[in-house]
Amino acid sequence: MLPAVGSAHRHQATVELRLGVPPSSAHQASPLPHTAFLRRRDAPELDVSVEEEGYYGYTQRFYGSDLAAAYYVLSMKGAFRFVGQTEWYCPDKKGKFNWDFLNHRDTQLEEVNMNYTLINYTGLVNLEEQRSLRTLSVRGCSEVDDWFLARLHVLQDSLEELDISHCPRITTGGLAALRNLKGLRRLDVSSLPGISSPGLVIILLEEMLPQCQITATGYDLSLS
Amino acid sequence: MSTWRRLHVKVQTTRGLFTSRAVTQRHTWLKGHLMLCQSLSTGTPLRNDFFKDLEAQLAAVRKKAADALPGSSWSALEINPNLPPERADIVIVGGGVMGWSIAYWLKQKERVRGEVKVVVVEKDTTYSQASTVLSAGGIRQQFSLPENIHLSMASADFMRNINEHLSVLNEDPVDLQFNQSGYLFLASEDVAHIMETNYSTQRDAGAKVALLSPTQLKEKFPWINTNGVALASYGLENEGWFDPWTLLNAFRRKAISMGVIQCCGEVTDFKHTTNMVMTTDGEHLGLRRIHSVKVQMSNSLEYQPVECAIVVNAAGAFSGKLAEMLGIGLGPKDTIAGIPVPVEPRKRYIYVFHCPDGPGLDTPFLIDYSGIYFRREGLGGNYIAGTSPEEAEEPDTSNLEVDHQFFEDKIWPYLANRVPAFEKLKVTSAWAGFYDYNTFDQNGIIGIHPMVNNMYFATGFSGHGLQQSPAVGRAVAELILDGGFKTLDLNGLSFRRIMAEEPMLERNIV
Repeated sequence: MLPAVGSAHRHQATVELRLGVPPSSAHQASPLPHTAFLRRRDAPELDVSVEEEGYYGYTQRFYGSDLAAAYYVLSMKGAFRFVGQTEWYCPDKKGKFNWDFLNHRDTQLEEVNMNYTLINYTGLVNLEEQRSLRTLSVRGCSEVDDWFLARLHVLQDSLEELDISHCPRITTGGLAALRNLKGLRRLDVSSLPGISSPGLVIILLEEMLPQCQITATGYDLSLS
Repeated sequence: MSTWRRLHVKVQTTRGLFTSRAVTQRHTWLKGHLMLCQSLSTGTPLRNDFFKDLEAQLAAVRKKAADALPGSSWSALEINPNLPPERADIVIVGGGVMGWSIAYWLKQKERVRGEVKVVVVEKDTTYSQASTVLSAGGIRQQFSLPENIHLSMASADFMRNINEHLSVLNEDPVDLQFNQSGYLFLASEDVAHIMETNYSTQRDAGAKVALLSPTQLKEKFPWINTNGVALASYGLENEGWFDPWTLLNAFRRKAISMGVIQCCGEVTDFKHTTNMVMTTDGEHLGLRRIHSVKVQMSNSLEYQPVECAIVVNAAGAFSGKLAEMLGIGLGPKDTIAGIPVPVEPRKRYIYVFHCPDGPGLDTPFLIDYSGIYFRREGLGGNYIAGTSPEEAEEPDTSNLEVDHQFFEDKIWPYLANRVPAFEKLKVTSAWAGFYDYNTFDQNGIIGIHPMVNNMYFATGFSGHGLQQSPAVGRAVAELILDGGFKTLDLNGLSFRRIMAEEPMLERNIV
């Protein structure tokens, strides 16, 4: 049986321990060749890490999956905290970070803050093994969409706090995927431009997750 | 010279209709002789308009002379601009989601721009009877055949990245309105072991499914009545439902932007040559090769024979009828020529109802072991439901009329039994659509028929064609352009199983 296309993502080129490597232009395949340059000019943000959201296989093999997840978070310019520790590891404005986290092998991540980063569905594979992850914050991430929310089911036993506010690509269909996160206690769905009737959706969410406290600001819920 | 005579006649009958003159003149030409096709004017006769008319006549003469000179696009023979081209490389019969998916993938995979000339022929562009748009729009990986599971998974991957595949420059991005709600299958005692086997097949293939016991089921979905349920299978990811019309139009828009030609017409005949061969069993077989397809325009006697190299049969519920035009199935029984393409239309109903206290946002696409299914539709407490009737009670397929009594007798009791809140509901609407039902084993047929060596089939999906269409389109394009399957091995879904009478039965059909 030939392998299904779905597993192709896992066999993508692994990313080595280098920062700031621009993606090869071969990734930007366009069906109409004469429009290829147009797309790159219109969407410069695609030049950055989106195409590099690969499986950090090299790192995982040598340092273990927990450190690979930690390295992934830092290289995407996010921040995290290990289980049992209080200090946060985060990169500075230029993207440089302290390599001390390498000293803590086989320690799972407890809190991950990926606000305003380019994390997407493919990148979530690096966090799949983190079974003690309690807090995940992806506020303002432009690449987080409904499929990302559906994939969060891998963290259903541990996740207690989720912040998906200000993500433009989330719609009501994706919020239905949150039903699997039965351990969720705090959910922030503020200012989601993609949902059409926010008042009704918030009520339905509260019914779906009865033990969860839902924060939903930034909507005009007046009846006018 | 007759043009001058016609001008003379025009002066007497029509006054002042200079702009329509060219049209009316063509009508008289077609009819062969001087027919006054415009109504005769009953107004006052010409008085002193002779000189005014003369000016107009001379202008018309100048225009006709300019038209007749080379360089103008006027021709005496009026050609219907909606006719398909006279020659094409690949003709796809059927403009549903399967046909347009194959057209898109053919263009996507061609190595040189313009390598294949593809024409898609669809007989009804309003899609009033097409199965695609009348579908409930669900996608699941919970099948028992590994081929089906892989097809659905590949299609879900496609839909996740749909804008990478199907976005057109300067047009709006595609929004499938995908609801990530998952499917929930309920099994009774006697079929629970089948569900367990299916679960391990699905897990091995990479589908994200979970098995639930009745207690876990009750905990997750408190509105279900777990009486009689021994086991439940729940899809965690890549399952749900979406808008089929959006997918169809996305494929169509992208394919047309890549150069596929769309034609509105019906395929009524094939011109083929037959080569008599002797098979190893000593049977005489007429191997056919299609040379051209006769496309009949709607509401007209006009037709266009399209010479082609390859024909793709993606006609859905009507593919069996199309294959009969080639003589497939019309030979003596127990010969290859006597085995028809086992696809026929089967009518299925879908009812929309409103229930104010029904399950909320987490409602999955629930399929009960009694055969009924329902899913949430929108946010206002509306749901759609349906079921497959018994073999003996199949409704008549000559029309798409809905039998409302069917809901009361066959669906509501089981619905109310499974979800007590549904005892109080009100049916607001209903529609019917055809399944391209494969009477042999209810699974798709992909590949060439042994009797016709240039007709590729992609039909017979019996209710799960829409969800597999992106992956099937890619598979058929690989068959045609690369000569064999490259990404997914679908040789199990070929005609060989029908010839050998080895059904690939699926245990999960709704």
